[in-house]
Amino acid sequence: MGMPTMPSSGVAFVPRVTEGATALGRKDFTSDQDVRWCPGCGDYAILAAMQGFLPELGLRRENIVFISGIGCSSRFPYYLDTYGLHSIHGRAPTFATGLATAREDLSVWVVTGDGDSLSIGGNHLIHALRRNVNIKILLFNNEIYGLTKGQYSPTSRTGTVTKSSPLGSLDTPFTPVSVALGAEATFVARTMDSDRKHLTEVLHAAARHRGAALVEIYQNCPIFNDGAFDVLKDREQAAARILWLKDGQEVSAGDQVAVRADDGSIQVVPRATASPTRIVTHSVDTEHPSSAFALSRLTSDGTLAHVPMGVFRQISRPTYDDSVRGQVAAAVDGGGGTATDADLAALLAGRDTWTVGG
Amino acid sequence: MSKPVQQLERVVIRFAGDSGDGMQLTGDRFTSDAAFHGNDLSTLPDFPAEIRAPQGTIHGVSSFQLHIADHDVLTPGDAPDVLVAMNPAALKSNLGDLPRGATVIVDTDEFNRRNLAKVGYAVSPLDDGTLESYHVHALPLTSITVQALAEHDLSRKDKERAKNMFALGLLSWLYTRPISTTERFIVAKFARKPDLLAANIAALRAGFNYGETTEDFAHTYAVLAAPMPTGTYRNITGNVALSYGLVAAAHRAGLRLVLGTYPITPASDILHVLSGLKRFGVTTLQAEDEIAGVGIAIGASFGGALGVTTTSGPGLALKAEAIGLAVSLELPLVVVNVQRGGPSTGLPTKTEQADLLQALFGRNGESPVAVVAPQSPTDCFDAAIEACRIATAYRTPVILLSDGYLANGSEPWNVPGVADLPDLTVTFTTEPNGIGDDGKPAFHPYARDPQTLARPWAIPGTPGLEHRIGGIEKADITGNISYDPDNHERMTALRAEKIARIADTIPELAIDDPDGDARVLMIGWGSTYGPIRQAARTARLTGHHVAVAHLRHLNPFPRNTAEVLRRYERVIMPEMNLGQCAMLLRAAYLVDVQSYTAVRGLPFKGSELADIIRTAVEGLGAVT
Repeated sequence: MGMPTMPSSGVAFVPRVTEGATALGRKDFTSDQDVRWCPGCGDYAILAAMQGFLPELGLRRENIVFISGIGCSSRFPYYLDTYGLHSIHGRAPTFATGLATAREDLSVWVVTGDGDSLSIGGNHLIHALRRNVNIKILLFNNEIYGLTKGQYSPTSRTGTVTKSSPLGSLDTPFTPVSVALGAEATFVARTMDSDRKHLTEVLHAAARHRGAALVEIYQNCPIFNDGAFDVLKDREQAAARILWLKDGQEVSAGDQVAVRADDGSIQVVPRATASPTRIVTHSVDTEHPSSAFALSRLTSDGTLAHVPMGVFRQISRPTYDDSVRGQVAAAVDGGGGTATDADLAALLAGRDTWTVGG
Repeated sequence: MSKPVQQLERVVIRFAGDSGDGMQLTGDRFTSDAAFHGNDLSTLPDFPAEIRAPQGTIHGVSSFQLHIADHDVLTPGDAPDVLVAMNPAALKSNLGDLPRGATVIVDTDEFNRRNLAKVGYAVSPLDDGTLESYHVHALPLTSITVQALAEHDLSRKDKERAKNMFALGLLSWLYTRPISTTERFIVAKFARKPDLLAANIAALRAGFNYGETTEDFAHTYAVLAAPMPTGTYRNITGNVALSYGLVAAAHRAGLRLVLGTYPITPASDILHVLSGLKRFGVTTLQAEDEIAGVGIAIGASFGGALGVTTTSGPGLALKAEAIGLAVSLELPLVVVNVQRGGPSTGLPTKTEQADLLQALFGRNGESPVAVVAPQSPTDCFDAAIEACRIATAYRTPVILLSDGYLANGSEPWNVPGVADLPDLTVTFTTEPNGIGDDGKPAFHPYARDPQTLARPWAIPGTPGLEHRIGGIEKADITGNISYDPDNHERMTALRAEKIARIADTIPELAIDDPDGDARVLMIGWGSTYGPIRQAARTARLTGHHVAVAHLRHLNPFPRNTAEVLRRYERVIMPEMNLGQCAMLLRAAYLVDVQSYTAVRGLPFKGSELADIIRTAVEGLGAVT
């Protein structure tokens, strides 16, 4: 295991489906459990996209693990015929960290929601990201608490009227992409439940990334926050609002373009008024996160007037689990291979022994 | 010319000084020398939670007591025969523990007006008759040390700091033990700082020679080696023994040990030790918090490793929900709780046994876990292996209840042979174990072993056994989500029965009653073992017949526990809490277990418990 060079792919050590064997299909990833989300829930679309995506990944089914916390989205693992762990509220990244560190041969996915990952589990999310554990975190953001029946969440827009905020919520919401970038994440992306093609592309990019990947998925809750992202689903409005992030290309939406402002922010202005030297060209692997962060702030006002979609940032940094395994492997190699009974006996005896009798 | 030597069977020495005076190190070294010399021994470090409390104050006093003897030793000793007090605060805070006639060695250099005033001495206790019942050796330890190092090119402060080595040298002379092992220790410790190395060796030797030449000491003392069973011995603390037990268990199980943890006193040393054992394939992850620590351990166990988390009381509270998940997932998990005084932050550096009920019941729902408690520092090794055995064999969380006294205390250890350790080989499930609705072979994650009721451990990467587990109630056998009332009742019963059946594989409760006719039983658990055995030994000397027994498994209890308890007219249980285990025994067996409790942050004294035994025996009119 003492890896001389850093593996480049997120699935570098995960066994693939044998060549020549029958390729796996959607059915192979569909469990025998009845799906129990509400009719019209955005989770159905994400599940369908996932069941289509996993066969494309080409990995052996038994080496894929989905781990979730608590919430509507966290039922996700039950519906995939892979290994799965439905854990406790907010803590999914911790189980995933333990598993991914213990087993390099697994592709480990975390499915979480805005409450699970940013409220009760905020601490674990930021630490998994800064450590850069090789896990893929899919954050289903519907800006509401669904499973507890409709209270505001840490991504609900200020003023959201719910059962627990009859006069409007007072909290300033998180922008998940900003949080992730602030937490030293090496891969941060955003996509949407209803855009299967883009969702699948982003999942591929996340899977290929070696390190922690945070994928925010805008997801509709038809019961408690219906239509929260409708403006992004209407073709005409979407064209004006969504800024598709493509590496090496200008960041634009219709006849509008993103420009760097004097205060360091990024603003979206009509192309006609944009100074050509100020137009933002997207670069996912720029070491400094300030540009990605400025892009992430475009949605912080909650209006969805300008919404970047795609990969905000993807940089290369040693992963925590590779490094942990590397230290252990080096120590084992340095000690002459796997510890024997004699090695253990020497440890137990230590250096200061004395003998009685015999 | 050597001075006369007086033979002693045993001696209890307490080193006390400021937190920065190096008392723990001095005690550790004296312990190592005594162990090497062949004495049996037991130690009790006692230090404040503050790393460097204001100098010279009572808050900053750190002490280290050790009991050495030419026979087997059960406790660190009730009261010191010798107190080394490096300043007025150390004298004041320890004087109350000294019996009349004890020896007191003080550093007079520190008994200045300022230091005396700090602890409220208007007049120096060295001058006002306070110490007239003691043998006092008032020596200017600091200035003699500085003098002895006159030739060394060091600051005065560095020279003064070597005074603990001077004191150690003096005590080594006084108790006729060689200083060679400590010299070797100093050489290793200061290998990169030759000037400090030379100074510490010089101070150590100066202390030794001072005893020989000064007229202050008329004779020396010898405590001969204790007869011990044949074997190779070393000295070891509870936390180190526990760490080694975990490594040995993983080795014997053929599993990788993964520790997920968060630093907390007095458990952190286990992390420190294990983080240095990567050579044994040990993975340690210092998590962002207590919850993440246990989550990492459970994730690792799901992946087929031996997941362990270590903590102390407040951390156990934080881990409760995740431990409950492990109960539901039925995966192996070892949770080490090195108990300290509570509630809340409580007494971080002091010992207590008050987390027993938290270990048993501190989770939502019916959430049974196995609970094991070591009884001595060396037993932490065996108890850790036992916890791992239960966790892997029964696929369950096991809480290992050590405590601050066991963690930091030390004693000689007859190092076991690796081949003599239990074989903990684990077999993962690799084939379907049932038939699905479609009539084809299927994997049922909650089908159980008929003997142990353990469910199969099928790890990711195993083809054909893909399955999902979680904290929602599962259907018996298939593991699918189930809200069915009858199923929940059955699963609750199965989880309880699985833990109860662990009793099939644990030894019966053993009775120690050499007279054979005792009517009083003193029963304990955990670190009260030493004081209880010492008390019984003392009480028997005066003809007070008493039986003693010790519970190592707190859940489930040994099969014969009820029968043992009912055999005696009086049952007494000393505990460092308000009677938690006594309450469990009373509830489980309807026996009138009498509780004797103390929560002073210190272990019981043998003499204190001996008095309890005598009173009980005499109350039955049993002494003839």
